[in-house]
Amino acid sequence: MAVDVAPLVAAPETRETREPRGKRARPSLSAAHRGDAKMAWLLISPALLGFLVFAVYPTLRGIYLSFTDFRVLGDANWIGGANFVRMMSDEVFWNSLRVTIYYVLLSAGGVILLSLVTAVILHRLTTSTTIRSVIIIPFLVSNIVAGVIWTWMMDSQLGIANELLEAIGIPRIQFFTDPAWAIPALAAITVWKGLGYTTILLFVGLQAIPVQVYEAGRLDGASELQMFRRITIPLLRPVLAMVVILTIINCFQIFDLVQVTTKGGPENSTNVLQNYIYSKAFGQFDFGYASAISLGLFLIMLVITFVQMRLSRINESDTD
Amino acid sequence: MTTTHIERRRRRPFSIGRAAGWTYLSIVLIVTIFPFYWILRTALSNNKALAADPSSLLPVDFTVEAFRRVLGFATLAEAQAQGGNVAGFDIGIYMRNSVIYAGISTVLVVLFSALAAYAFSRLEWRGRNLVFGMLMVALMVPGIMTLLPNFVFIKQLGLVNTFAGLILPGALFSAFNIFFLRQFFLGISREVEEAAIIDGAGRLRVMFRIIMPMAQGPIVTLLILGFIGAWNDYFWPLLVSTSGDEVRPLTLALAVFRQSAPGTATDWAGLMAAALIAALPMFLIFLIFGRRIVNSIGFSGVR
Repeated sequence: MAVDVAPLVAAPETRETREPRGKRARPSLSAAHRGDAKMAWLLISPALLGFLVFAVYPTLRGIYLSFTDFRVLGDANWIGGANFVRMMSDEVFWNSLRVTIYYVLLSAGGVILLSLVTAVILHRLTTSTTIRSVIIIPFLVSNIVAGVIWTWMMDSQLGIANELLEAIGIPRIQFFTDPAWAIPALAAITVWKGLGYTTILLFVGLQAIPVQVYEAGRLDGASELQMFRRITIPLLRPVLAMVVILTIINCFQIFDLVQVTTKGGPENSTNVLQNYIYSKAFGQFDFGYASAISLGLFLIMLVITFVQMRLSRINESDTD
Repeated sequence: MTTTHIERRRRRPFSIGRAAGWTYLSIVLIVTIFPFYWILRTALSNNKALAADPSSLLPVDFTVEAFRRVLGFATLAEAQAQGGNVAGFDIGIYMRNSVIYAGISTVLVVLFSALAAYAFSRLEWRGRNLVFGMLMVALMVPGIMTLLPNFVFIKQLGLVNTFAGLILPGALFSAFNIFFLRQFFLGISREVEEAAIIDGAGRLRVMFRIIMPMAQGPIVTLLILGFIGAWNDYFWPLLVSTSGDEVRPLTLALAVFRQSAPGTATDWAGLMAAALIAALPMFLIFLIFGRRIVNSIGFSGVR
């Protein structure tokens, strides 16, 4: 699946990527390639080491630990599927899963819809790089800084958001202490932070659509809305599908924003999966169980990616 | 005829649709920018006076005391008189830690990725595509899967609360960086390289003298994006820098500062001043490289 990312991630400089091997190499060069293998292994050795030690080994170890009762101190004892059985009847886990999905629906939905609208409008109105630069500023700051700003702006007593609400006659909202509002508030911060970045991804996708298609549409008397539905959406589909997957996967991994705003509260209403994993592992040192939940989260994300790719037929474009 | 017709439509001075579009864009831009203004406005306010006029667009009782407090220039008595609450927040140390952590890990991982990408794109060796495919599988494994076991491993090595522990796991390998640079290297014409090899230049020489300089653009892009990512990183430093200030980066320190603030008498002005300073390097990067970042997002798809 990793390879499927290629269309979006391809550097623009490489139109023709793989040239037939050896076709252009002159005979005198085969000698130059003789020492290649040794050199290649030398060059990739740091990356390979990092890959094996800090990616493969921990992944396998994480899978192993989820079948144990490891508690950091002491040994890991094999307990079979006990952790997974425990997950099934763990009310807090199910709550975390529900809360995470609710957050993902609001935040990813908000980011994708708003950035699509913004990208389309931007694309129709202006090619200004300045505007595009300005809207990515929130993408550059950390979730921590974003969380700090917005807890202040959404503060129940002194926050400017509540001052505005009051000014237009709406009662104040306890954004981070009312369980009903905490997740929407977090989603709003995420939308603020992610909008610019996603807009630019989609904007680039829009730029790839030939202008002639729109001109033809206009000649046929199509309205802007019709062109959006009949031209923009179908031709943007490969990019859009990729953006949807990236956004959903990213939203599923929400953690730091929760840590700096609500710490999972009030009443577990923002206790998202990664927050629950962290509290199990470092609050209660229940590493085995925390690993099992991590594995569960990984599988959920894998399934989403797979289903999404199937649904959106990501590798096919309508352009050709 | 058709083109002129379209041209005319496009240049039409006013239409309701365009006006609505610009209105929408203006709102988006204001919502994007306003919070940054609001941090500045709050950071330049007197914390005790903030409650008096919470909706004032200008700083309330203008003062730079919040910055003095956060930067450690104010005495305890002064800080308390201002409603300040930043005891034990040593921003200089955190800033240094962040520079070390983000700087070293970014430079190393881009260097090692460039070496690997060269091997995967310009050298001919058996197993090349197989090994490359294997490394790319890592793109799919989410952080949380490796985070806990990596922490256990770093702890076993006795590297908790050290820069080595902080930096090591991310300094050697990045599937995305390798992929990105390989794509670029594949696009460079082989002619120059072949000429140099025929002239008797060694592989390493060709790589460092010819290929790397040509790849300056993408390498700088990766350095910027990597630095931003590491600077803003929270989860890994949270696990590894558990005690004290020796290695704690600024992003984590800011979160701790926020979490330790008492609910009723939060030092908002101090917190905003600290947030502003924490984000300052990002603003500088934006001013210098904003355009480059925007252009790189299009084809990179990085987060």
